[in-house]
Amino acid sequence: MLEILQYQFFQNALLVAMLASLAAGIIGTYIVVKRMSLISGSIAHAAFGGLGLSYFLNASPLAGGLVFSLLSAFSIVLFRKNAGNRLDTLLSFLWATGMAIGLVFIFLTPGYATDLFTYLFGNILLVSKIDLLMILALDLIILVIVFLTFNSFLSVAFDEEYSETRNTPVTLVNLLLFGLIALTIVATIRVVGIVLMISILTIPAASAQLFHKTVKKIMITSSAITLVATITGLFISYYLDFATGPIIVLIISFIYLISILLSKFNIVSFFSSCVVQKVKQS
Amino acid sequence: MARKEIIKLENVFFSYNNEEFLKNINLSIYEDDFLGIIGPNGGGKTSLLKLILGLLKPKKGKIQVFGKTPKEGRESIGYLSQFKNIDFDFPITAFEIVLLSRVGKKLFKRHSIQDKEAAEKAIKSLGIWHLKNKTLSELSGGEKQRVFVARALANEPKVLLLDEPLSNLDMHIQEEFYKILKQLNKKIAIVVVDHDLGMVSKYAKEIVCINKCKTHAIKCHDINRLKIKELYYA
Repeated sequence: MLEILQYQFFQNALLVAMLASLAAGIIGTYIVVKRMSLISGSIAHAAFGGLGLSYFLNASPLAGGLVFSLLSAFSIVLFRKNAGNRLDTLLSFLWATGMAIGLVFIFLTPGYATDLFTYLFGNILLVSKIDLLMILALDLIILVIVFLTFNSFLSVAFDEEYSETRNTPVTLVNLLLFGLIALTIVATIRVVGIVLMISILTIPAASAQLFHKTVKKIMITSSAITLVATITGLFISYYLDFATGPIIVLIISFIYLISILLSKFNIVSFFSSCVVQKVKQS
Repeated sequence: MARKEIIKLENVFFSYNNEEFLKNINLSIYEDDFLGIIGPNGGGKTSLLKLILGLLKPKKGKIQVFGKTPKEGRESIGYLSQFKNIDFDFPITAFEIVLLSRVGKKLFKRHSIQDKEAAEKAIKSLGIWHLKNKTLSELSGGEKQRVFVARALANEPKVLLLDEPLSNLDMHIQEEFYKILKQLNKKIAIVVVDHDLGMVSKYAKEIVCINKCKTHAIKCHDINRLKIKELYYA
């Protein structure tokens, strides 16, 4: 059964799955605790504009996606305050405009856009060596910045106004944090695609938050959940000959539903109390 | 010995969305003050605190905090904002919240032993050391309040600015809270915005009423029914 592990393409896919899970688990935690899922959805869709443009220019799609997602992430930080409660308008604008730009360029490109589906819905089995190296670099950047700025990130994520009174560099922290969201999106495009992106960025962290009450623990559990989902999804889709994106998303959704059941009915403590009673009886 | 002036507002005007909120405000706060700020809703009490903290900019006038601009001087202020901006579901422990006041200017901040000791001291001074590993959502209203005061104290401020710290808390907790503030006032200045005049006038040394265009300052022992009417409707 495990002979596929010998193939280079499968090894690449496994590595990308691991790297993407780590990035998504860590940055997804910030997205969930700061309630930024619409913001990240908007950045992800804006990235498609860059993918289309690179497609047209015959450049690396992920590099184009990176430029567009970074630009939209930074513009959200800079215009957020002025937008006030019109933030959702700005997000919708970036969301649809990015998609439209991407589609226009893809239509302009001669030939049939075979890759289109993999960017929209993800197919990790088609990842190239260059993609792998790029995702590795993005992961390293994300890990180093989160490690170094953990405390200032926590302060700004929890209470921006108070951080400002302590002269914490709030705008710089937000630019970095939103920039990292953009990097994470590019690192996970190959895994689940743009349309399904919001799942991998929010649902594992939301599941982890049901059981843990600190940011660090949520990051670890969320990365672990994503890893389990991507690896399992990878094998299932290989054997069923299916695109990886939808399978991985369904596994993530399944884990979330189970997590809700476990936390709501406190099944874990129910079973442990059963065991304790049994021990007492005997 | 003369009392040292720590915060000074001179002819300060503030408007927001073309509506004038504060007009020609003059106010001095001294190092040993226990000042209660009262006034009708929307009268500019919160704006006044935010101007002192440099979170808002005055349209006209001069604000000095410890002889510096608000942005420089606010390092020596401990601030407790209104609770409505806080997300109580945020996964963070009491100790982590208090440590946030030590993050300061550095982007790559690592907490030193001194930072942790200062946070510990602030938490202990409010009698909530046993709650240090509880998360925000596990704390009661009164406990949350103390955690946020501990955060305001952990940067060793010379003045505490508190914005309606007691809304939605029961009388017993309010009384306890003011006793803590009175104790703190032995060392630092306290400025508290409160809509409940009864409680604040019992503990504050002086009351200032802010009603858009007017400020009135009176000594607390002068407060009587007639004076209050004057304050609000003058």
